[in-house]
Amino acid sequence: MANFLFWIFSALAIAAALTVVINKNPVYSALSLVVTLFSLASIFVLLEAYFLAALEILVYAGAIMVLFLFVIMLLNLKREETPPPYMKVQVALGIFVAILFIVFAALSLKMGFSDVIAQSVPGTANFGDISQVGKVLFSKYFFPFEVASLLLLVALIGTVYLAKRRLT
Amino acid sequence: MTLPVTYPIVLSLILFSIGVLGVLTRRNAIIIFMSVELMLNAVNLAFVAFARQFGSVDGQVIVFFVMTLAAAEVAVGLAIIVALFRNKNTLNVDEIHLLKN
Repeated sequence: MANFLFWIFSALAIAAALTVVINKNPVYSALSLVVTLFSLASIFVLLEAYFLAALEILVYAGAIMVLFLFVIMLLNLKREETPPPYMKVQVALGIFVAILFIVFAALSLKMGFSDVIAQSVPGTANFGDISQVGKVLFSKYFFPFEVASLLLLVALIGTVYLAKRRLT
Repeated sequence: MTLPVTYPIVLSLILFSIGVLGVLTRRNAIIIFMSVELMLNAVNLAFVAFARQFGSVDGQVIVFFVMTLAAAEVAVGLAIIVALFRNKNTLNVDEIHLLKN
């Protein structure tokens, strides 16, 4: 059952991700990205990372994508015009690089992966338990957590400064 | 009855490549930005899959930090895009070459 659900959600994720890249209209791209994020959240649930699945939907699909859609509508973007002729070379090169990346990564997966799996311990029973995540987050990763809050503050101030209308 | 770790890793690989393709082939700054988000999500998936395989919570915490970082990055990036659009009236990255010359 888990495998069957995984196939469905991964097919959905890949199709939506391709739509993000191919679609000419930025609004449709943003909505397809939401579909990708939801399928990824479902896959997180299948992997028993329930906390991250909730965060994925709340933070990505809820906050980040709303920001994207808001900016797209604010700027009133239209469809892109027909691409200039040099784009054909660029697109061919881009597809070539992506395929090359897949091939090399698949090769490295095939070569050095089975050892890692053999060494690994099977997942603990309380892997998806939110209290486990919280304990590690507030003990071992306490300093990075505080730095992350500082990062968010800096991003807040920077955004307000950048988006402010210049009076000069 | 659990998923083999290879499946999510391969899915993450494919999603990352689609993100690379988007960054390389699209000229609209917002769509390039969305492709970067796609790549970040692919990496998150790989983190979660390996954390599941090794029964470790640390991978989940790292994904939490990546999400925080992505939120900050999107806020600043979109502010830059809005400021650029206000000055240049275009989002085509080939027409934005302020640092050239």
